[in-house]
Amino acid sequence: MLFDRIRFSWFWLCCVVLLVGVTLATQVIDNDFLFFAGYLVLTFVVLATAWNILGGFTGYVNFGSAAFFAVGAYSSIVLHKAFELPMPALIVIAGLVAGLVGLGTGYLTLRLQGVFFAIATLALAVVLETFITNWEYVGGAAGTYVIPPSEVYFFGSFIEAMFCLMLLLAVLSVAVSRYINQSKIGRGLAAIRDDELAAECMGVPTLKLKLISTTISGALMGVAGAPYPFYVTYIDPISAFNLTWAVNSIAMPLIGGTTTWFGPVIGALLLGTMQQWAQVTISSELNLLLVGVMLVAFVVLAPHGIVGLVRKLFAKKEG
Amino acid sequence: MFSVDLLANAVVAGVLLGGFYAIVALGLTIAFGQLDVVNIAHPAFIIVGSFVTFAINQSLGLDPVLCGLLLTPVFFAVGVALYSVYYSSFERRGDESLRGLAFFFGIMFIVEVLLIIVYGVDYRLVETDYIGHSIHLGGIGIPYRLLVPFLVSAVVFGGIYLYLSRTFIGRAILAVSQDRLALQLMGANPVRIKQLAFGIALATTAVAGSLLIMIGPVEPSLGRVYIGRVFAIVVLGGMGSIGGTFVAALLLGVVESLISTFYGPSWAPAVAFGFLLITLALRPAGLFGR
Repeated sequence: MLFDRIRFSWFWLCCVVLLVGVTLATQVIDNDFLFFAGYLVLTFVVLATAWNILGGFTGYVNFGSAAFFAVGAYSSIVLHKAFELPMPALIVIAGLVAGLVGLGTGYLTLRLQGVFFAIATLALAVVLETFITNWEYVGGAAGTYVIPPSEVYFFGSFIEAMFCLMLLLAVLSVAVSRYINQSKIGRGLAAIRDDELAAECMGVPTLKLKLISTTISGALMGVAGAPYPFYVTYIDPISAFNLTWAVNSIAMPLIGGTTTWFGPVIGALLLGTMQQWAQVTISSELNLLLVGVMLVAFVVLAPHGIVGLVRKLFAKKEG
Repeated sequence: MFSVDLLANAVVAGVLLGGFYAIVALGLTIAFGQLDVVNIAHPAFIIVGSFVTFAINQSLGLDPVLCGLLLTPVFFAVGVALYSVYYSSFERRGDESLRGLAFFFGIMFIVEVLLIIVYGVDYRLVETDYIGHSIHLGGIGIPYRLLVPFLVSAVVFGGIYLYLSRTFIGRAILAVSQDRLALQLMGANPVRIKQLAFGIALATTAVAGSLLIMIGPVEPSLGRVYIGRVFAIVVLGGMGSIGGTFVAALLLGVVESLISTFYGPSWAPAVAFGFLLITLALRPAGLFGR
């Protein structure tokens, strides 16, 4: 118990040091590209962590990360257009809306075989894209512009502020994922993943836990999407529903390792940074091809990801 | 404005379109419905079929349907190889639900990106003598570009149905979907049978692809729209019933055609999702479920 408490505070200490350190660093570093690229990598940390709460902990595959991300992005567009709400309110409401979409999809399909949930999320992306494309208020197929605020407090530029905001969101979602992973909920989810029927027989409330994890996972994806329109200043259905969001949020946890909270973080930092680098040095198509190939290679050859590979290495040394 | 002519035209076009959807979903009925292999990359292979047909049609001027039929052995071999990897990496380890799904998702993504790298994001189409023409019966026009796919699809369906119900190997495929252990006890090797069946499933995508590019122009990411459609058809058709697949496909074709005639074509992709959700919520066993 005491040991747990000490480790707990260590985690939070690291988070606070990271947040304060980076915020101070923005005052010194004057390279906007670094923050521009870093923002995307952190978005991927949130997406990968969110995906893993359902995919890694519970064993249900969500192919529609792009849909939840876009729900977040378009919720914030609507709220910004209609009421000019401040950013924190946008993020919270976008998270709630995406969470509700997750709950609804889960409620309709999670009572059946797991594969139907996966298929429903795939189709969900197509349908929501159709819906947004036909919705003139948010720009329809042509997309819409968002004008970022001209002044920001404390930070040297808007992108620096966005970067720090995303860092905060990333730290919070990792904390949520870590809490779930180590709590009673996490053990329930792991039981579902390993043998749902056995879990049900042991009295684990499987449907309730699955719905909780779908809702939290969807909500965090929406949170990742909410500030995105302000970051790109222009958004259309094609970029919001882009398949690369879905592919990356699946590839990153699977490459990092799915059963722990830090696996997706490792995967997202590694793959995200690699992509930012590759996008500049090689073409963006080849870069996407690389992600796809890595995903397939890891699921076939290293089913437990980087975390699994490292553990194997240490186990061998000790043994 | 509502008119009987418009309605009749929409229904006829829907039936023809549905017949085409049937062959698009046929391979998935075999793979997903009968073999329990959730091949999400199925529509991606259809698009590959379309693009290869396009390439052959451009360079040699062959008829698209002929191209599709000529491609089937190649696609069959790819299917056998793909299932072998899937079996040894996921199915044998009992890991198909998470990593197996991600595997096919990755394959789908790789195929799409490769097509973009090779052909670019432009729309491609094929040319033959009959594609632009149509037959007129009363006020109803039947374009050849829809009629030919419907007929080809019906013939392939008949062939597959007879193969599965009359031949020894066909019955073995049906048996592996019902009781794998029993098949093993009868002295047949379920993995070999599934390899063969998955090969057949992928071979149908070659024909479906050649018909797709006949119906309209094709671009690399078109496959995504078909994911909702094919799974809706397979689930509604009763997960593995060949006849059920055909009926479900006709139903989806007609409803989609009515929606796009009376509400606008941009809503058509949403119909399949509605079908899928309603089926899953009300009758997960589908229309012709076991």
